[in-house]
Amino acid sequence: MHELSIAMGIVEAAMDEAKQRNVQVIAVHLRLGALSGVVKDALLFSYEAACQDTPLQGSRLVIEEVPVAVFCPQCREKRVLESVQSFTCPDCASPIGEVLQGKELEVYALEVEE
Amino acid sequence: MSEPRLVEVRRNVLKHNDVIARALRDQFRSAGVFVVSLVSSPGSGKTTFLEKTLTQLQPRYRVAALVGDLATENDAARLARSKAPVKQITTGTLCHLEAAMVQKALEDWDLHQLDFLFIENVGNLVCPSSYDLGEDLRLVLMSVTEGEDKPQKYPTIFNSADVAVITKNELAGAVEFDWDAARKSIESVRPGMQIFRLSAKTGEGMPDYLDFLSQRLAEQRSVVHG
Repeated sequence: MHELSIAMGIVEAAMDEAKQRNVQVIAVHLRLGALSGVVKDALLFSYEAACQDTPLQGSRLVIEEVPVAVFCPQCREKRVLESVQSFTCPDCASPIGEVLQGKELEVYALEVEE
Repeated sequence: MSEPRLVEVRRNVLKHNDVIARALRDQFRSAGVFVVSLVSSPGSGKTTFLEKTLTQLQPRYRVAALVGDLATENDAARLARSKAPVKQITTGTLCHLEAAMVQKALEDWDLHQLDFLFIENVGNLVCPSSYDLGEDLRLVLMSVTEGEDKPQKYPTIFNSADVAVITKNELAGAVEFDWDAARKSIESVRPGMQIFRLSAKTGEGMPDYLDFLSQRLAEQRSVVHG
């Protein structure tokens, strides 16, 4: 369980960005990849604790889950995997190694007020 | 007060770790040391495997190890029997190693004096997957006693690793280990992954794995030095 330290990293990053812009954060929008190694529910739970006694206290964490996308060399197309337990092309069933997306752990936007 | 608005920031949460990991990787490359990190669940035989690796590489190579553990320094004591330089990183309650801990542990080491550096992560198949340590090769270890479907239960760590080692092969018969099922399980989460099946205890299968490491070191040096 490393979600608390990840949550603290999110709060720190958001605080830093908010300070630069001189704004108050209402919500933090996060992109969370299926291969990030981070569990959504544990992160939501930890976020509240990480916000305690910071300018972000009371803010929301909005998580956008990013599925794993791969490049299928047979189809020559980007394909979205149905499950991280099966790295095969959902269309032609070829095994696939190259991951294009799904490792994201990124604060991509802040919902703010002046 | 104005209406709330959305501002794009695009900031990687693990940026701090990634920056240090990149600096470490540069440092390793310029020193010519090949760095292997080991991840596995607790009790899979990581320390025995590492002790044998250090001992058997030593006649030909200069080797050292960092070992991460929650509390005790027992692992470092065991590995010290190999006579290789070993340092323990005690993480306290933290379930994984981070790049900054590796950087700190290496402060007083001269990396130019090494061919191989091994970093044994805390026994955990979940958390270490998120943290780049600047290693050249991430090795995931599982033992035949753990069940063939371990890779599918922990796809993220298998997917983040470069090579898999299945150890305690001397017990395979006793636990009716199904090699094909294990291979398929790895293949389903990391197609094409190289797998070594061995016994650290009897030495069976170790030469192939050690040759593979030698080859990777040679390849890396030929790339770095043209």
